[in-house]
Amino acid sequence: MPLPDQVKRLIIIFVLLAAGWLALRHRLVPETFGKAGFYRSAAVDSIVALPISYVGHEVCEGCHTDIAELKSASYHRDLSCEICHGPGAMHLEDPSTVKLKPPKERSLCTVCHGYNPSRPTGFPQIDPMLHNPMVPCSDCHNPHDPKPPNTPEECGACHGEIARSKSVSHHHDLACTFCHDTPEAHKENPRAAVPQKPKTRDFCGSCHGEKAESTKEIPRIDLESHGGTHLCWECHYPHHPEAN
Amino acid sequence: MGEKRNEMSRRSFLFNAAVTGPLLFVLGPRVLKAQVEKAAEGEELIHYYAMGIQVNKCIGCGRCVSGCKTENNVPKDPFYFRTWVERYIITAEGEVVVDSPAGGMNGFQDLNEKYSILRSFFIPKLCNHCGNPPCVQVCPVGATFSTKEGVVLVDKDYCIGCRYCIQACPYGARFLNPRTKTADKCTFCFHRLSQGLVPACVEVCPTKARVFGEIGVRSSPLTRFLRFNELQVLKPDLNTEPRVFYANLDGVVK
Repeated sequence: MPLPDQVKRLIIIFVLLAAGWLALRHRLVPETFGKAGFYRSAAVDSIVALPISYVGHEVCEGCHTDIAELKSASYHRDLSCEICHGPGAMHLEDPSTVKLKPPKERSLCTVCHGYNPSRPTGFPQIDPMLHNPMVPCSDCHNPHDPKPPNTPEECGACHGEIARSKSVSHHHDLACTFCHDTPEAHKENPRAAVPQKPKTRDFCGSCHGEKAESTKEIPRIDLESHGGTHLCWECHYPHHPEAN
Repeated sequence: MGEKRNEMSRRSFLFNAAVTGPLLFVLGPRVLKAQVEKAAEGEELIHYYAMGIQVNKCIGCGRCVSGCKTENNVPKDPFYFRTWVERYIITAEGEVVVDSPAGGMNGFQDLNEKYSILRSFFIPKLCNHCGNPPCVQVCPVGATFSTKEGVVLVDKDYCIGCRYCIQACPYGARFLNPRTKTADKCTFCFHRLSQGLVPACVEVCPTKARVFGEIGVRSSPLTRFLRFNELQVLKPDLNTEPRVFYANLDGVVK
């Protein structure tokens, strides 16, 4: 039985639509689409081909061996050269004309070493307003081997925040070493030789206890009844005891 | 045909069996081994990248932010970032204050005792390169995708700039690049990885707060990081499977 005319026409229309759809799809869908996933794999190649600015410290160390050796034993050993010197790709292309001299401004150093209470404890920080203002850091500290130029004489040279709170407190005339038994080596190798801290209530009690042999002006408490089993410094900050 | 089947005599059959049997026994395993080795060589080595962040090492210097902008040609305006650093301050009253002036690009100024600080720290943030990325799901044209290395990328020639992915990202890691008018985000410096370099932010971090490497590679620095730290990810409840792992992350960080 031959097909009715209207069905034939419908078939022709459907075939044309399907062919049109396939042609359109072929034209619109990018060539590499769907090869690796629901995306154009050529995009990955174009991202891979992007230029590089930071060449990495291994490349710097290939030529500047003397500085690399000096730096490898210093506090700055983990620092990549391009942190201070800036990206090195241009210098690598043309080392004679493009030089990477870092700025001499103090702001380059204080971006890491300026005091900020949010920085982790123990990270070396100074107050740029108080620490030799206006003098470039590199006058005293070699950035490739940044040890202090001379052994600090006062604790406040490094522990400035504590020294400043203590200086306005009732404990101002107590030397740091009165409470902290500090090995001499701490001045040169602070993390290897750590100062001691008081461990017991009796230490504070030696001045503030009722029977202590100290001047009358010092406030006294009864160690037995005051504060239960808590340690003194759980409530009183020893560097500024009258603060809340 | 039926007669020809018995062509081989018993003598020649036994002879052939005596020769080929031991030969197969000796050479067979060698051939098999060679074939297995060849197959293994032909397989592409898949790198599976991830990043670790040691929060207690971040000093908030912002070198990563400015380094990333230089490396990836991100607009210098202080509101386009592929990576940025947030400062968290928990006050003595228990209030949580978060700020990120210019993304931390120029470091953070001391707030000069504006708050009485209970604790405070810096959190570097970037695209988490999720294993289950919401941004990829919503892209209507397939312009953002996860590569086989686990890196989420944007095809800037194919992106139509509809901003769905920017809305979908729970970490706020995407922005609309004002130059190309397409979505833009951290690529783990994919162009550097292919040359054996680490991402720019990792290269310029002075305290090694950022650790980069491959999951499942023993010699990778990341493996050591994953082994010796207690790890957290951001917004684990969203089931995005982030591939940026944080060590020593405070509970208040969102």
